[in-house]
Amino acid sequence: MKKTLGTLAAIAAAALVSTSASAGTLDDVKARGELNCIVTTGLVGFAYTDEQGTWRGFDADFCRAAAAAVVGDGSKVKFVPTTGKTRFTALSAGEGDVLYRNTTITMSRDVDLKLSFLGVNYYDGQGFMVPKALGVSSAKDLDGASVCIQTGTTTELNLADFFRVNNISYEPVPIETNEEAQANYIAGRCDVYTTDRSGLAATRAALDDPAAHVLLPEIISKEPLGPAVAQGDEDWADTMRWVLKAIIAAEELGITQANVMEKAASATGNPNVDRILGTEGSFGEMIGLDNKWAVRAIAAVGNYGEIFERNIGQSTPIGLDRGLNAQWTNGGLMYAEPIR
Amino acid sequence: MSSTAVALDSGASNPLLRLWRNKETRGVIIQIGTIAAVFGIVAWLISNAIANLEALGKGFSYNFLFEPASYDIGFSPFIEFSSRSTHLMAALVGLQNTLLVAVSGIVLATALGFIVGVLRLSNNFLMNKLAYCYVELIRNVPVLLWILLVHGAVVSTLPSPRAFSGDGGGDSVVFFSNRGLYFPAPDFSPLALATLIAFIVGIVGAIVYARRAKAKQEATGQISPVLWVTIGLIVGLPMVVFAVTGFPMAWDYPALKGFNFKGGWVIKPEFMALWLALSIYTSAFIAEIVRAGIQAVSHGQTEAAHALGLRNNRSLQLVVIPQALRVIVPPLTSQYLNLTKNSSLAIAIGYYDLVATIGGISLNQTGREMECMIIVLLTYLTISLLISAFMNWYNKRIKLVER
Repeated sequence: MKKTLGTLAAIAAAALVSTSASAGTLDDVKARGELNCIVTTGLVGFAYTDEQGTWRGFDADFCRAAAAAVVGDGSKVKFVPTTGKTRFTALSAGEGDVLYRNTTITMSRDVDLKLSFLGVNYYDGQGFMVPKALGVSSAKDLDGASVCIQTGTTTELNLADFFRVNNISYEPVPIETNEEAQANYIAGRCDVYTTDRSGLAATRAALDDPAAHVLLPEIISKEPLGPAVAQGDEDWADTMRWVLKAIIAAEELGITQANVMEKAASATGNPNVDRILGTEGSFGEMIGLDNKWAVRAIAAVGNYGEIFERNIGQSTPIGLDRGLNAQWTNGGLMYAEPIR
Repeated sequence: MSSTAVALDSGASNPLLRLWRNKETRGVIIQIGTIAAVFGIVAWLISNAIANLEALGKGFSYNFLFEPASYDIGFSPFIEFSSRSTHLMAALVGLQNTLLVAVSGIVLATALGFIVGVLRLSNNFLMNKLAYCYVELIRNVPVLLWILLVHGAVVSTLPSPRAFSGDGGGDSVVFFSNRGLYFPAPDFSPLALATLIAFIVGIVGAIVYARRAKAKQEATGQISPVLWVTIGLIVGLPMVVFAVTGFPMAWDYPALKGFNFKGGWVIKPEFMALWLALSIYTSAFIAEIVRAGIQAVSHGQTEAAHALGLRNNRSLQLVVIPQALRVIVPPLTSQYLNLTKNSSLAIAIGYYDLVATIGGISLNQTGREMECMIIVLLTYLTISLLISAFMNWYNKRIKLVER
């Protein structure tokens, strides 16, 4: 099939104006002076607009870090809100340069949807939220329940698998965005809302009476969430990948938003710190940037731990603990590959 | 070829030039050229798309249709579907749901539209103005807002199934909850087949009787009670058979079990919202079409019918309506097409129609945008063309009746 189409395509391509990649995405972004970052349409804590209309949240901050590294200013981000269904099309159509949208890394997305995943920025798992009044204590008690589910997500597939494997029935209520799910859940159109547990925690925090709702203990899937770029521009993927790694490594090395300028002023004597901050080697130039790339990113939004605590950590209404997302030195899974 | 055309062409010697000079053949040649150009453009667009997909590293293939869909569909009244079914089945379920809402929408919209359209012409001031307000209010608000409004009203204002637990449900067998309208389902035993046969016999009988009555009227002028005989045959006969066979039917009552009602039949809120909103919206347009159709029949026709001694209802039936239908049917067709196409707004409220299944979830889970959208486009095109063909056939039929 592929071969015949390939021949067809070759004939067609000869007669056509080429629309395939022009210069690299990195040059495009630099020339534009702005990073187009694909985010969710609104999930408190991860990416949402505050009262002033400014985008805030965990994923939004990673967008800013990337913009600071590439175009030199963390505020030069154009946020492209997408639903679970539209995000990949938006990325492959070039509406955004990078996708930071609670997106689970899976094999079929990597291979079949032609995405390049850059690494994990949040280790998550799918859970269930129910009103306390239902008196449900386990997801296996949910036989016959109506379940609100965001379409076009991995959670939709996990949900079908979970109920099938446990031989219980349910009524899926498909919705497009988190806001819609919240509205349907509150109105009682569904008994249960299922999505990643981080998303559930964020949604619960935004409810009128968060204490009246509980997360069930079951975690029915692994949901490693991470950023992605469209496949086919490896240089751009490298740039974006190492910005993410630098933010994660910064926490491990004790580089914070407050002390990054001081540490970057001259060599600190710790070669790991110096390589990230550009006072040793030329790692920024390797990824098409200057050597102060990571300094700008960290100065804009802080290190991984700071981003986490500011947006979704214990001090916020969402109140997520670090859990799997602690640094490997603290028993978590956050483990940035060495920058050297 | 007409004889005049031949006469005009006789002077030319070059046969090709002669063909070109002939008005009819020239028309055909231009049409062939246009068709070739259209196909050329379409072929170019397709090859362009394939080339670009190839550049993205995505081949064009429909193999995914035969792989398990892996997601569940919450609304499939007639087709069995599980997450193990294929994407093709998901597309069929979507098609089923689209057709279901389109057909039931067309029926309700037509009924409502005709009633309001006739009321618009009523001499009763209140009726007239009420119908006027209905039409203006309904048709000047976008249909998407009506859909969201009805859905919001159903989901947010109706009680949840929990409200019916314990004594909350009372002795009722019909439950109007925000999970849908639940009502008892008839559970027929095999003997009920006799009733079905009686029903079919009744319909055939009614058609035969109507033909006879018409022939009799044309021959002798005598009018037969067609309406009553038809009702008797189609409704009465099956009921008698049903009673004679001893009511071979039980009711399957819905009951609250766990989170939801089980048993009985249910109209889901998503279907209800889409169906009602589409029907009401389209009915406003149909009402205006009906009013225009009736007003297009000049008053002299009615007066003439009265002068011939026809009673009011006979003159309506024999003189006004046949002429009005001629005006009504063509624009009615486009309203039916609009309703069908508007049903794709189902996506806004999570009704599993064609766009939501194959054009939404399957598309997203497989990443086959081009392939899925082609299926959706061709399916809508086919449905629309079928409706068009049917309405054109009906239009021709009522035209033949014209004198």
